[in-house]
Amino acid sequence: MEATSRTFKDNARRALVEPDLQQALARMKAGFVVNRAAAVARLPEFDALRDEARAIKNHTLAHLDFYLERFEQAVTAQGGHVHWCRTAEEARRTILEICRSVDAKMVTKGKSMIGEEIAINDYLAANGITPVETDLGEYIIQLRHEPPSHIIAPAIHVTKKQVADSFYAAHTNLDAARKLEEPRALVDEARAMLRQRYLDADVGITGANFLIAETGSTVIVTNEGNGDLTQTLPKIHIVTASLEKVVPTLEDASTILRVLARSATGQEFSAYTTFSTGPRRAEDLDGPGQFHVVLLDNGRSALLGTELQDILRCIRCGACMNHCPVYGAVGGHAYGWVYPGPMGAVLTPTLIGVEEASDLPNASTFCGRCEEVCPMRIPLPKLMRHYRERAFDKGLTPPLPRLALALWAFLARRPRLYQALTAIKVRVLGALGRKRGRFHAIPFAGGWTRHRDMPAPEGRTFQRLWDEAGGAR
Amino acid sequence: MSAAREQILATIRRARGAGDDATFHAAAEQRLQRRPRGTIPARVDRAPAALVDLFVEQARALSATVDRVASAADVPAAVADFLARENLPATLRAAPSPEIEALPWQDRPALTVTYGRSDGQDEVSLTPAFAAVAETGTLMLRSGPGHPTTLNFLPDTHIVVLRASRVVGSYEAGWAWLRDAGAMPRAVNFVSGPSRTADIEQTIQLGAHGPRRLHIVLVEDGDGR
Repeated sequence: MEATSRTFKDNARRALVEPDLQQALARMKAGFVVNRAAAVARLPEFDALRDEARAIKNHTLAHLDFYLERFEQAVTAQGGHVHWCRTAEEARRTILEICRSVDAKMVTKGKSMIGEEIAINDYLAANGITPVETDLGEYIIQLRHEPPSHIIAPAIHVTKKQVADSFYAAHTNLDAARKLEEPRALVDEARAMLRQRYLDADVGITGANFLIAETGSTVIVTNEGNGDLTQTLPKIHIVTASLEKVVPTLEDASTILRVLARSATGQEFSAYTTFSTGPRRAEDLDGPGQFHVVLLDNGRSALLGTELQDILRCIRCGACMNHCPVYGAVGGHAYGWVYPGPMGAVLTPTLIGVEEASDLPNASTFCGRCEEVCPMRIPLPKLMRHYRERAFDKGLTPPLPRLALALWAFLARRPRLYQALTAIKVRVLGALGRKRGRFHAIPFAGGWTRHRDMPAPEGRTFQRLWDEAGGAR
Repeated sequence: MSAAREQILATIRRARGAGDDATFHAAAEQRLQRRPRGTIPARVDRAPAALVDLFVEQARALSATVDRVASAADVPAAVADFLARENLPATLRAAPSPEIEALPWQDRPALTVTYGRSDGQDEVSLTPAFAAVAETGTLMLRSGPGHPTTLNFLPDTHIVVLRASRVVGSYEAGWAWLRDAGAMPRAVNFVSGPSRTADIEQTIQLGAHGPRRLHIVLVEDGDGR
């Protein structure tokens, strides 16, 4: 998809005044945030499991070549195939070739963020193959020709009225006078529409939450059951996965699964967690005849050994965006590409370049909630700060902030001058603002005061008060 | 594509810096053999009978329904009663496993039982369970000639016959049994309650694409459970 991360500020400005979106975001806070807190409270071992989950991923990333080769060996031993792809283009071409090998006309898809990352739907459609999203949220946004706005709830920005409108427009073979006011009716209609598609599809594509090196299994975690129908019924099952999804053993996946659903939806365990290993066996009565894993790098291996490596622990639970005040204010589309929220603010510049997305690492108050709730303990604010620095070094920061930072740096290196100037500034501002206690506007800082007031200082600097109180006695 | 493979692996090895790959891999190899377990929640630290109760409690909290019967001989009656109660047809598509085929279906001649995979036309399916995990009320289903995966997902109602002696505390205990039982099957399905979605305005609806109802017939068997 075409990234619009460059225009983040304009995107955000529009999102802030979109009533439907604001309503949806309010619902998200009441749902995900409250449910996660309750799930965590029910599991005293939660923090211990987070430490173990982090250790598992760190160990795997430190031995990534070993585990990927093991995974490949195990898949091959079961009669499956692993396709190594450096870029999105290589992955797209690989998938197309597999589809063409059985002359596929229609492909069903389970939810896959890698599918979004490589924009597989548009590519298949351009090559005469119809892609059908089967996750309800993905199906809705496919009908609306939109990208997902959340990594686990892709249609979180859409109201039920809008869903009904899309269904009336798309399902023209049904009675136009039917009632679609309630979620139940919408879910039933989607269920009925997609049923035949599962059975008709030639190829089913799913993502993967984990790859298991020990057994060559791929794992999907879902609630609807669409992923399982997608991978069980067609002739071919293609798994799209990025290479950092690998973990050593079934036990390791079990440990991480204990923190995944709780962090994501606040469920103890999702309805369906499926471990798939190779194609159908000779004596099996169902299952796909071919099993392919498209293993995508797309710049991830280059992060190993750098300060950005920590982002490769991400298990795509969405907790960071559910708890982010910026995501909560502007929603996912404002971020302008596939991955929104704090994890997206780190991953997007990594995958499409800091030039394309230099605003995203700045779209943070650094309140630290994302790091606090991350089940894999990824230091997201630190990683965003890294990208802020990189954007500054590359000269991507606009001239005025650059000048301000240069001035501040000059002063910060000269403590006496710094103290003298701040003392004057605080005294003047304190005197001017004493009556009202705050400023509605400050010269040269209109961008800051447009949306909030600046509190008036008390008249003395912190350092002065510190000295008067006896300092560090 | 093998050029891609070599290049990706080379990038990974370069990031690790200089060193002997063999020595480096030995640690990982050893860990892979050892298969260390993480923390198992203390909630499953209880006697077998209490573990079965925990499973039932957790499964019900996930909107599954559970009938407890004294022996395998009682399963056909319990299934027939459930179908009547729920106004469902007395027709079952069942897993062709010895465990299910051995049940005394002839006691309930009004029930029509056929065996095999599902083609999407069946309203009710019936399968065994390889194990069940008390920790989260989760069924562990193993694919194979005696248990086609389509039975778990296509019918509107999925009935699972679970022997109480197959209830374990943790997923890890389930994996240990599976390893003892032989090679990894094509699919292992962990099922926790019926299919659900919250994709429309965050309101939970059961029966998104998979079964609308999950009914468990729990057979008390052996060792005092």
